[in-house]
Amino acid sequence: MSKKVAFLQGNEAAALGGIYAGCNFFGGYPITPSTEVAEVMSVELPKVGGKFIQMEDEIGAMAAILGASLAGSKVMTSTSGPGLSLKQELIGYGCIAEIPCVVYNVMRGGPSTGMPTGPSQSDVMCAKWGTHGDHPAICLTPASVQETYEEVIRAFNLSEKYRTPVMVMPDEIVAHMRERIVFPEPGEIEVIPRKTPTVEPAQYKPYDTSYGDVPPLAAFGSGYKFHVTGLNKLPDGFPTTKAEYVQAEEERQVRKVDANADDIIQFEEYMLDDAEIAVVAYGSTSRSARYAVNIAREQGIKAGMFRIKTFWPFPDKQIKALAQKVKGFIVPEMNLGMCSIEVERCAQGKAVILGINRVDGEPVNPDQILEKMKEVK
Amino acid sequence: MAFDYDKWIRPGKLPHIWCPGCGHGIVMKGLIRALDSLQLKKENTAIVSGIGCASRLPGYMDCCTLHTAHGRAAAFATGVKMAKPEMNVILVGGDGDGTAIGGNHFIHACRRNIDMTYIIMNNYIYGMTGGQFSPATPTGHKASTTPYGNPDPAFDIAKLAIGAGATFVARGTAYHAAQLDKLIAEAIQHKGFSVVEILDDCPTTYGRRNKYKSVVEMMNRLKEVAVPVKAAEKMTAEQLQGKVLTGVLYKEERAEYTAEYAKVIERAQAAK
Amino acid sequence: MEKTLPKIEIIEKYCKGCHICVEFCPKQVLEMKGFVVAVKNLEACIKCMQCELRCPDFAIKVSAE
Repeated sequence: MSKKVAFLQGNEAAALGGIYAGCNFFGGYPITPSTEVAEVMSVELPKVGGKFIQMEDEIGAMAAILGASLAGSKVMTSTSGPGLSLKQELIGYGCIAEIPCVVYNVMRGGPSTGMPTGPSQSDVMCAKWGTHGDHPAICLTPASVQETYEEVIRAFNLSEKYRTPVMVMPDEIVAHMRERIVFPEPGEIEVIPRKTPTVEPAQYKPYDTSYGDVPPLAAFGSGYKFHVTGLNKLPDGFPTTKAEYVQAEEERQVRKVDANADDIIQFEEYMLDDAEIAVVAYGSTSRSARYAVNIAREQGIKAGMFRIKTFWPFPDKQIKALAQKVKGFIVPEMNLGMCSIEVERCAQGKAVILGINRVDGEPVNPDQILEKMKEVK
Repeated sequence: MAFDYDKWIRPGKLPHIWCPGCGHGIVMKGLIRALDSLQLKKENTAIVSGIGCASRLPGYMDCCTLHTAHGRAAAFATGVKMAKPEMNVILVGGDGDGTAIGGNHFIHACRRNIDMTYIIMNNYIYGMTGGQFSPATPTGHKASTTPYGNPDPAFDIAKLAIGAGATFVARGTAYHAAQLDKLIAEAIQHKGFSVVEILDDCPTTYGRRNKYKSVVEMMNRLKEVAVPVKAAEKMTAEQLQGKVLTGVLYKEERAEYTAEYAKVIERAQAAK
Repeated sequence: MEKTLPKIEIIEKYCKGCHICVEFCPKQVLEMKGFVVAVKNLEACIKCMQCELRCPDFAIKVSAE
């Protein structure tokens, strides 16, 4: 039997990927250029017995998914730039209260209203530093419609596995372009369920670290009674200001992601074996980069691409290793230099780093990347 | 004869954090008596709050409790209720949390008529942050941020709820403690979004700035201004000047949100 | 028939000394002793429960016997 194929937009694929992953609650609020996700969810979720709600604002949508997740649902919301800013407080709530959820954010121009219909990659720092306080961050940056579908599934898996919010951040080009997508069969891609408690309700503690850095999470209405707060908390979920608990909690929350970076980080290495120039790219920009690398190779330039799929945690180890091998990095991106900062941090001065930065609502084109390659001496 | 509150309170959580004379404890007792009279199952009852003094209430209750972010109780609770419509979902919070930062979620929960009960403890002030004026602080009154008297007009929270579409709206006071459980129980039993505004006292940050010599004086004020709706029917407009109506102020039957969404699922599946 | 006295239990560690129970007792059964409430005149108690109902601190329990 041949697999089901469709011609879809990134946003449509994101919604369907969510449903494949078992999403059964979606809280939305209209915002360009991500609204199609909510629209598709409003059609598809009730068909599978799931629930779609359009909330009164961005914050409400974020709050509703967190509430539904605590009641045992697999949840998702979608937004863009200004909506992401509004959601940030509650993304932090999801981090500290350790509530699985997927936040799909389409990157458009900014700050503020910026260029709502133009592509951008300027929210990647917001994915890590947007909410206040120290917290874990997982952010995936797909580069195609197929990958958007698959990365949304992976986002659900990571979110459930590590009990933390996960962001998927395509740029507007990936979100709106239409491509062929081949749907996986049911069961073909693993769907990771939430780890729920096996102890008696009376013994249950929602942050019991004796189960490791990711404690099981019970659902409201499943026989377990427990307390959830945005305050720093004890293993039983109740607030504390005791220094030793707060320190340990904060460190564990960050550690559960950082210590599992190898499990979370995915990337693609393209023609890097003998490369002297490494283009570090993500999202739609990586498509221009691939094209540029192909042309460069035809011209005898030893260029390759490191394509970031998991933006956070950042692939430190891989970039560090590359910095030992290459003469220079080219970092094309639709912002004024966000990924560049990370590459610089990892390269530790071992290689030259040249950014190509567009914030004019136009994609970085292959010519620009080829031009830049000439500057690597 | 003494009511056994302990069976609804998490062991070891008392004494609570509220100041001497704060009426939130009186409201909590009313809520407990209401839950008890309805024989609700603790593990099937979610109590959701935002931020503020009143929002610390869920932590004491032996139920599924969710202390969220400032103003967001109604939105979190909407998610809980949508995910598990069979749960009893009760929201608690203060006037600032519910009608200022959380005002949007509040009016939309009313509009949707989602089957939850919202208990708003209105003590006319932001207590936890030290007594700043709220949307419920009466004009002319003093708060730490209205040192020359509050220039803002105040919300009538019950009217706001009725206007926004809540289908059960009641008002009580911390003084009229015996009435609270009945109002709250009736609100919980009502199918739809129910709001119980409870006029409360904050002796620490509101009373002392507004010339109340004691908690007792604040309680006496609640006693004096409250007029039961029935009694009000026989009073003239002049007599009702400065009074506040208490009891069940509004009640109507209207389609409930989770039930309506269940129909959406049916329609979607029929069309599949 | 001999009048059975109610039992008024004061949980001192919960009492915050707000005076509400003392002031609103219609029979002046209670008084403040230092920072906490105490029973002054149990015989006068009519078991109206107003003190228990209004105590914000869960510090008073009135039982029939």
